[in-house]
Amino acid sequence: MKIDIILAGVGGQGILSIAATIGYAAIEMGLFLKQSEVHGMSQRGGDVQSHLRLSDKEIASDLIPFGKADLIISVEPMESLRYLPMLSKDGWLITNTTPFININNYPDVDILMSKISSLKQFVALDADSMAKDLGAARSANMVILGAATPHIKIGYEKFENAIRNIFKNKGEEVIAVNLAALKAGKDYTEQNS
Amino acid sequence: MQKLLLLGDEAIAQSALDSGISGIYAYPGTPSTEITEFVQHSKQAKENNVRSSWSTNEKTAMEAALGMSYAGKRTMVCMKHVGLNVAADAFVNSAITGVNGGLIVVAADDPSMHSSQNEQDSRFFGKFALIPVLEPSNQQEAYDMVRYGFEFSEKFQTPVLMRITTRLAHSRAGVQRQEPLAQNALAVPQDPRQFVLLPAIARKRYKLLLNNQHGFENEAITSGFNKYIEGKDKSLGIIACGIAYNYLMENYSDRNVPYPILKITQYPIPIELLDKLYTECDEIMVLEEGYPIYEELLKGSLAKGKKIKGRLDGTIPMDGELNPNIVAIALNLPDERGDAIPDIVAGRPPSMCVGCSHIDSYNAINEVLNTYSKGRVFSDIGCYTLGALAPFDAINSCVDMGASITMAKGAADAGLFPAVSVIGDSTFTHSGITGLIDAVKDNSPITIFILDNFTTGMTGGQESSATNRIEDICLGVGVLPEHLHVIKPLKNQHDENVKLIQTELEYHGVSVIIPRRECIQTLNKRMRDKFKNK
Repeated sequence: MKIDIILAGVGGQGILSIAATIGYAAIEMGLFLKQSEVHGMSQRGGDVQSHLRLSDKEIASDLIPFGKADLIISVEPMESLRYLPMLSKDGWLITNTTPFININNYPDVDILMSKISSLKQFVALDADSMAKDLGAARSANMVILGAATPHIKIGYEKFENAIRNIFKNKGEEVIAVNLAALKAGKDYTEQNS
Repeated sequence: MQKLLLLGDEAIAQSALDSGISGIYAYPGTPSTEITEFVQHSKQAKENNVRSSWSTNEKTAMEAALGMSYAGKRTMVCMKHVGLNVAADAFVNSAITGVNGGLIVVAADDPSMHSSQNEQDSRFFGKFALIPVLEPSNQQEAYDMVRYGFEFSEKFQTPVLMRITTRLAHSRAGVQRQEPLAQNALAVPQDPRQFVLLPAIARKRYKLLLNNQHGFENEAITSGFNKYIEGKDKSLGIIACGIAYNYLMENYSDRNVPYPILKITQYPIPIELLDKLYTECDEIMVLEEGYPIYEELLKGSLAKGKKIKGRLDGTIPMDGELNPNIVAIALNLPDERGDAIPDIVAGRPPSMCVGCSHIDSYNAINEVLNTYSKGRVFSDIGCYTLGALAPFDAINSCVDMGASITMAKGAADAGLFPAVSVIGDSTFTHSGITGLIDAVKDNSPITIFILDNFTTGMTGGQESSATNRIEDICLGVGVLPEHLHVIKPLKNQHDENVKLIQTELEYHGVSVIIPRRECIQTLNKRMRDKFKNK
């Protein structure tokens, strides 16, 4: 078993919480894991990525080779496309559709969405609105993770455990909200594929 | 002992704690910062009274570490690659003095310049100082090598350099811990003149260092970190250094590489192993994450021996970090890629945060400087370097820590008036003060902005040695009180600030203006913590 995931977004959007949640679930499964992160200058509003690799065998490279990622999980639509060269021919792209616009030359959103829709295998959802509807505006990243869970070969309850553990110091309410966000994402993918 | 999920940086820190360090010294710098931060947040460090607060710069850090080693204790000093330039005087001479308590210097290199101004290879510095270099290929090796490095350091009374690169520093993996060791007892060196580098003593110490080289090389065979891996296909032999080894392995399922491999993670490279590979194989490929140091040595200036493939002959690009695909191409293996990046995807460079005080500072500075010809602003290393980008387009230089004040002075000496310097608070205490003294001594006609946000912002908000000291430092080195001003970089103060800047720019002497407002990131964090603790 091996799964290689590119996490994408803009600095400050919470891709490392997604990584931590998947990482926790993977460790609970006794899998090997490598997770490469971006720190420093790029974190300041620039594009950020994390390479997350899970396997039942020891992993050699901290970086996923081009064309070998099984999944791109992106909390921002334009950023999801930046990593297409990393995606394998059978790979899935899971992305938020809410754009994060902090540059003047951000592309036309309709063209962006048509580009995403032209991909062979994708899930695109408005995670920001879904999170807001749940009263969990800050949990859009967990909605996106939820939407990715059907494509990660780890039991769903492992992700729930991970959330309970990672947010355990923040109280029951925060845990409940994040679990609801995770479930909303999962349901979306299951109903739309 | 339990297995932990750690960044390469954190594995180094955890191992230093488990190896019984009494203190860690560092100035923040990507990708090395998380080593010291891990110690600062560690319960184990607190319980054992391990000192860990930030040093003013890498040179003071290196020297303090040498002092702790002098007193018999184990210590670590950490910096980014360019920090080693700052610490170089102390670093190179520490090889001559040798150490007492174990001393490991960690230099974190940044090939591909993710957050740096060059991609210099610290292994050169290790070779230059004639000391052993450890270059772990993964997080577990990083942990194990720190433990080994301290033993090595004390056995040969030598500082040991550990060189890592961004991908190891900032990548997480499972790490198996070892039983923690107690700290060393306080004990000054047996030879009271060991650290006195008078020429007569230095000559003896240098001979000792030269004589140790054979022992260092022998360690690189017996320690077991360097490995000769047999292979059936002798048409090629591969030397894989540090994390380049991982990229090689990634290209072969189940790690079945047909060629003989020399895995190098400890230097000096044992000639014995090198000779075996060279003799056995028709051609040699050298994979180094960084400069082609060993490729060049092996090839020789005349390149009359066997064919050596690597960066120098174009098998691998001359610059930038390696990855599995670059290695695949070098080995003529398939290089499969996904779809190309669509043209509509725009670049998204880093930018100053919404609400950042630097934005207001640059708006005021720009408004005044627009009335002069362009090209007058010498900047420095920090978040405010982003003032180079649109919409500010506000600065004309960024070279090294502290170069803003000194370059403005030099340009002013050449006749550029007004000349402006922009430097952050932490960078000012790191390396700006000495330049300010030069400027005051010559009464150079420059205007210096010390952007004070009470923190070292770019690396994530570490404590700044400058906090609450800047005015006293400036006055102390001779800046005139009437040309020292503190302003508030806020929209509603803009007009007032512009007026003051106008006046000071026209002054023919040293002016210092301190725009002062807390970093928006540390402010937000402080507010969140306050809310949490309520």
